[in-house]
Amino acid sequence: MAIRAFANRHVAGWVQAAPLAAVLLGFLIAPIAMIVVVSFWGATEFSIYPAFQFDNYEFLFGSPVTYRVFLATFKYALITWALTLTIGFTVAYFLAFHVRSLTMQVALFLLCTIPFWTSNIIRMISWIPFLGRNGIANQTLISWGVIDEPLEWLLYSDFAVILAFVHLYTLFMVVPIFNTMMRIDRSLLEAARDAGASGFQTLVHVVIPLTKPGIMIGTIFVVTLVMGDFITVRFMSGSQRANVGRLISNDIALLQYPSAAATAVVLLCTVLIVIAILLRFVNIRREL
Amino acid sequence: MDRRPRSFYVLAAVFGLFVLFLYGPILTIGILSFQGPQGGLTFPMNGVSLYWFRDLFEQQAVGDIWGAFRRSFALGLMVMVSTVVISVMAGLAFRKRFRGSGLLFYAAITSLVIPSILISLGVGLIFNQLGLKIHWATSGFGSQLTWTLPFGLLIMFAVFNRFDKSYEEAARDQGASAWQTIRHVVLPIIAPSLIGVALFGFTLSYDEFARTLLTAGSYNTLPLEIFGMTTNVTTPVIYALGTLTTLFSLSIIAAFLLGAWIMGKRRARLGSDAGKGV
Repeated sequence: MAIRAFANRHVAGWVQAAPLAAVLLGFLIAPIAMIVVVSFWGATEFSIYPAFQFDNYEFLFGSPVTYRVFLATFKYALITWALTLTIGFTVAYFLAFHVRSLTMQVALFLLCTIPFWTSNIIRMISWIPFLGRNGIANQTLISWGVIDEPLEWLLYSDFAVILAFVHLYTLFMVVPIFNTMMRIDRSLLEAARDAGASGFQTLVHVVIPLTKPGIMIGTIFVVTLVMGDFITVRFMSGSQRANVGRLISNDIALLQYPSAAATAVVLLCTVLIVIAILLRFVNIRREL
Repeated sequence: MDRRPRSFYVLAAVFGLFVLFLYGPILTIGILSFQGPQGGLTFPMNGVSLYWFRDLFEQQAVGDIWGAFRRSFALGLMVMVSTVVISVMAGLAFRKRFRGSGLLFYAAITSLVIPSILISLGVGLIFNQLGLKIHWATSGFGSQLTWTLPFGLLIMFAVFNRFDKSYEEAARDQGASAWQTIRHVVLPIIAPSLIGVALFGFTLSYDEFARTLLTAGSYNTLPLEIFGMTTNVTTPVIYALGTLTTLFSLSIIAAFLLGAWIMGKRRARLGSDAGKGV
């Protein structure tokens, strides 16, 4: 009887999980395996051929461009992380602790999340009229007399890239942080106040430690999205800046798939290591 | 009610600025899409007209926009239905600890955090080596599922973490089979959350770019078509298209949210159907 129940439980689980497993096997695991295999292949100008050689990796690690581009990728990730965390935390804190009615909280929360369900490409395009040489920002600054000539670094620059990242991904911080904050027992805040803590002390010693899981989940989202990105950097920098994703997509455009695959393998390992470190601080399944 | 502290007003101002930051740019291109025929990509407005919207409806002007829209819509529906069905099944599976569940969970998380271009590249390579033709409804469809399913699964975790198991126990005590319990007890209770999963499924697919880039084949989806336009279209017609597709997204979101709200209302009004028989 016990054995039957045991078998039943596993079989039912497998049957129900089978479609998910099939999709992930076919479109996640197999593609990763394929990329790893192809990263050892060779390429001519027009085609790729099976081989087992380390040329792609040798070239990758032998080129100073690689290190520069990886450094740039980390730089984007770090700056974007700091900005999205600051903004996201502030917004979530306001929603969770200063907005008093639940209806209002839900409404304002939705207001913050709706852009997530619209197109990223359009949201990038929408910065053009703002940042362009004759855009709103320059026109305004000139009319205020702050500057005499249009600023050239607004569009097609690191500034534009990071602005777009913050614009696109801050809500990945807001949502998990808000979610954890809503579960903080309000009596703890009262206790802190009763014990004589100032507002700032309550924030630092009570709210932030209790919000850490949400911060970690948001961090995982933002860091992986920025590190894996290739389109925001290409579009917002006018192809003048590079990150690892662009390195891969350039190789793909030149049909150099083995070289693209090798870079992809290194990128994936980097991202997974970062995630593994972050996951040590949080149990995702418990936080939902 | 006690007085608001000063920090409230500071934070409210920050929040206001954040909302402006979120919506300002898209409102700007909304306004600029009504540029006159001579108008450019930025202010000042050179007259007000529907010229650029009319331009969109003339096929030859800007490529196959409407074909791309139809494909994106169809693909969105396909991904939406698959995401809901597969996520619910997987959500049910994960309630019991079956062998391999940990591995599958980590695979799903990997699917969420993996750089999208890897999916694009890997799926493209596999289809290529197997001699299969990439197409938005096959390779594109599968690639998009790797993005929507983790979200669906995470929502199902959130739902089942809050699920009161005594309902199921009651059903089982009354002699309901496993399937009857799911069909008549579990599914009706989680139905409103499924609207959320469907919303994620449709909108994430409709806007997906990176995972579809190398897997859509010769017929572009709408985001790919729009991205193609950014390199060679320098008129406000691209704003008009952006405005239209954003309005479309917003109406889809509104429809889903309205659906969830109505369902909640009805449930509150009708209350329990205990004793009415099923």
